[in-house]
Amino acid sequence: MLEIGKLNVWFGSGIDRVDAVKGASFAVPKGESFGLVGESGSGKSTILRAITGLAPHWSGRITVDGTELGKSRPKAFYNTVQMVFQDPYASLHPRHSVDQVLGETLHLHGFKDIDARVVKLLDDVGLGQKFRFRYPHQLSGGQRQRVAIARALAPEPQLLLLDEPTSALDVSVQAEILNLLVDLRRDRGLTYLMVSHDLSVVGHMCERLAVMKDGAIVEVMAVDTLRRNAAEHPYSQSLLQASL
Amino acid sequence: MTEQTLRQWLLTDTPTSRRHAKLSAIYQGWLSFRGNTMAMIGLWILIALVAIAAFAPFISPHDPFVQDLGNRLGPLGTEGHILGTDSLGRDILSRLIYGSRITLYIVALVALIAPIAGLLVGTVSGYVGGWLDAVLMRITDIFLAFPRLVLALAFVAALGAGIENAVLAISLTAWPPYARIARAETLTIRSSDFISAIQLQGAGPMRIIIRHIWPLCISSLIVRVTLDMAGIILAAAGLGFLGLGAQPPSPEWGAMISEGRRFILDHWWVAAMPGLAIFTVSLAFNLLGDGLRDVLDPKAGE
Repeated sequence: MLEIGKLNVWFGSGIDRVDAVKGASFAVPKGESFGLVGESGSGKSTILRAITGLAPHWSGRITVDGTELGKSRPKAFYNTVQMVFQDPYASLHPRHSVDQVLGETLHLHGFKDIDARVVKLLDDVGLGQKFRFRYPHQLSGGQRQRVAIARALAPEPQLLLLDEPTSALDVSVQAEILNLLVDLRRDRGLTYLMVSHDLSVVGHMCERLAVMKDGAIVEVMAVDTLRRNAAEHPYSQSLLQASL
Repeated sequence: MTEQTLRQWLLTDTPTSRRHAKLSAIYQGWLSFRGNTMAMIGLWILIALVAIAAFAPFISPHDPFVQDLGNRLGPLGTEGHILGTDSLGRDILSRLIYGSRITLYIVALVALIAPIAGLLVGTVSGYVGGWLDAVLMRITDIFLAFPRLVLALAFVAALGAGIENAVLAISLTAWPPYARIARAETLTIRSSDFISAIQLQGAGPMRIIIRHIWPLCISSLIVRVTLDMAGIILAAAGLGFLGLGAQPPSPEWGAMISEGRRFILDHWWVAAMPGLAIFTVSLAFNLLGDGLRDVLDPKAGE
């Protein structure tokens, strides 16, 4: 579904150049849930931004569903890949109601039966109809993140990029959102690429994971390896120790 | 539907349609605006100004252009002339009432032209960036580098004297600050997640600028416009004083002040009355601007 080969991402140029991702390679088969873990600033989120085309400078190879991506993304790309952002307080337009957010998304993807689809999306993410015409400031963090998930699901993508979707939420709400994501993946056969600094979240959500440090992937392993506490690289081990 | 249930319908937490949600949002905005006493005072003054301008022929006691040289420079409270008469014996109250039309005309035109031009230039510049940003901002710098009145003078001299051209000249000199504000706002908005999110839906730059950036820039621009109104009225008056704006018999408030300037020590009310009118209207605009900012700022009142 997704293949990343020798991906480099950098910001700025000359002496200001910062290499955020250095030579990262991994592959996510269709239907799998893959985790990217690492401390803040290790380049996890930058990989997601490079895949979506939001990072300005990158080199290497990104292949989605068999098509290699160039510098600009064709419109059809956004039907296949969607992203859920970290902070639900920042990812919804403060002046647009839930209906506007979902309606505009559906309109942009050329759907005709917008009303019916908005209703269905809200049901799918566990928000009722009463939330349809609310504005973001009338919603709680968890409700906002559900709206953001509904927006990402609107074009019926196959690959969902999750950028720490629960880290801005409080603990009880985190579990709800994670369970929602697990259910959605099962029902829709989605592929997930999930960024997190929380090993227990990744352990709950993913089948395999990559550990990142300073922009490079130090180890790719199955979640079972993580559970058995059998990580090989010393950095993975120390990360594991820190989270116990 | 009785009034009680209409109110409940408007204040519901669970609107049933898009129109319902919109009306409900407007009503709640109105409620929070109504709670701001100062803003309401400003609004009432401006409503009164509009009413006075609309009904000028019916409420003004005299013809604003009829001269009565035997009764010139009459003090306040002169029989038949509550606010006195000017140097040609014209009734000051009537001239103020008719002058409100000119004031509204200037304000409306400048408020339409300058902020819209500034919004367009600023948001495009801020969102697109690169060389377009550089070009547009250097043009803005050039306009900002001239003293405003001097630039307006040059425009009026080129376009010809008259109130329309004065308005146009003021608008041409007034847009750069709006462009700067709009650009600054755009720069903070464009990197936010909700703009990234809509980019990920394949939205083009036009749609993002108009539907996603403008709504967030407009509130600060409206506030800035209402705060600038006093300056705009005075700039129009300044052009009139130099013979390039409103022409002499016209009862424009600024022109009335410059006429009264000659007698300001002995006959203060000739200049003070139109000054008071300008002051009141400017204050009303400022109060309204403050109130509008509170309503239009989405983060306020949470």
